[in-house]
Amino acid sequence: MNLSILHAVPLAGQVINLCAAIMLLLGFAMLAQRRILTLINLFMMQGAVLAVSTAIVALTTQQHHLLWSAGLTLILKVILLPYILHRLIRRLSVKWDIETLLNIPTTMLAGIALVVIAFNVAQPISQLSGTIMRATIGIALACVLLAFLMMITRSKAVPQVIAFLAMENGLFFAATSATYGMPMVVELGIALDVLVGMVIFGVFFFQIREQFDSLDIRHMERFKER
Amino acid sequence: MNFYALFAQLLELIVALILAPMLTGWVNQCRAWMQNRSAPPLLQTYYTLSKLFHKDVLLAHNASTLFRAAPYIVFSCMALASAIVPTLSTELIFSPAADAIALVGLFALARIFISLAGMDVGTSFGSLGSRREMFIGFLAEPALLMVFFTASLISHSTSLATIVETLAHKEFAIYPSLAFSGIAFMMVSLAENARVPIDNPTTHLELTMIHEAMILEYSGRHLALIEWASCLKLFAYSCLGIALFFPFGVAQAFDPIALTLASAILVAKLALGGFTLALIETLSAKMRVFRAPEFLGTAFLLAVLAMLVHLLLEAGR
Repeated sequence: MNLSILHAVPLAGQVINLCAAIMLLLGFAMLAQRRILTLINLFMMQGAVLAVSTAIVALTTQQHHLLWSAGLTLILKVILLPYILHRLIRRLSVKWDIETLLNIPTTMLAGIALVVIAFNVAQPISQLSGTIMRATIGIALACVLLAFLMMITRSKAVPQVIAFLAMENGLFFAATSATYGMPMVVELGIALDVLVGMVIFGVFFFQIREQFDSLDIRHMERFKER
Repeated sequence: MNFYALFAQLLELIVALILAPMLTGWVNQCRAWMQNRSAPPLLQTYYTLSKLFHKDVLLAHNASTLFRAAPYIVFSCMALASAIVPTLSTELIFSPAADAIALVGLFALARIFISLAGMDVGTSFGSLGSRREMFIGFLAEPALLMVFFTASLISHSTSLATIVETLAHKEFAIYPSLAFSGIAFMMVSLAENARVPIDNPTTHLELTMIHEAMILEYSGRHLALIEWASCLKLFAYSCLGIALFFPFGVAQAFDPIALTLASAILVAKLALGGFTLALIETLSAKMRVFRAPEFLGTAFLLAVLAMLVHLLLEAGR
């Protein structure tokens, strides 16, 4: 019985592990999701889980700057960005169903393969790290890769942007789990970048739709210099 | 031979045979309540079974021996399956002989025979039902095996008794892997027991039925055995879910009080489980058959994720 090893992990660590597992699950749920509104809600939930896990790390390790970034995550990714996205798809009157380039079961299998790769790649990194949540680096990497896969398999602009934001979620989680987060200045900068990026994307959406009458990115492949 | 193990084994088998129809009756009753219908009595399944046992068997002209043998094979498979699952005690005669993988094999054996019997007479409904049953079975089986593998990795054994013992006696800890595989197991058991998102156990509508389509040709005691076997299957799956994910209260060494207590706890847990099943069935709508791969693919995904998460987060620390 090898269970005694488990008890060495404190309750906070277990909760963080649970959060990590839920983040991975939400990553898969986003990958498999057909409806754009649900996709935004899933993104919101992922942000909420991220905020909770960051707050727990902050409280258990006395890293108070992490509390700030948890609050920032909460405001930005749970409230502001989903609100902007909801407004955008209403203004753009986007079709509610998403077309995927691959069918969903195949995407899921590819996702599982990516998770296996991420876990293997992260193994040596997590041995170097000394934080209480070092085991979750693999999961953070897997979240990043899953968001990548989602960007590749979606053909419309809005889901691709959501995938981009989800990738940022994964990166943030990786930073927290590997080194207790980036310096505050960097974090603030990234948060601002994401927000500004979102605004620019919003403008882009309107431009793309005006040019092509559709948000399908495939139309952009026809760009040619005359 | 250990006398206590023999006694516990016999007790468990008898409890399964007697309680299984009541569990089905309870689920039907809860479902009727939630749907604002007047509920059939709790013992309705027994009445149906005894009615069917008293009726004559009608056989098609071209029915082969296999058609007549299949109900007995299916019934004994399911009875054996519910005997293998450690519900009351972990010290059973069968526990060294049959592990989790053998259990999956037993379910598969029963599935093969009932599908063959469905095709035997040669009606179009039977063949259609058999095809769909195999289609769902081959999607559900890997997910079920993955769920067992996760539990086996946690307890370092594929023997069900050891798994239950380990899980029942661990200190409280949050296992994300067990949560994931619990959801996966629930999805698989909904599919395997012909429950609502995949199949409707009460339907006789041609286009949607799966399990009912295979057994349309059966009558009399054959039908009774098959119905009883379905009850036993539901019972075995419920007990399996309880044993894997809520294992507290299982008796171990020889102790009549513990055994009685275990029986009471089991009945309470089964009642709660049946209520949950009825709730799920009431809240969800039946899927198109072609959505089933997605449903079961999600179950497989969850089970694999559970295993990966276990390997990454919980093992080797």
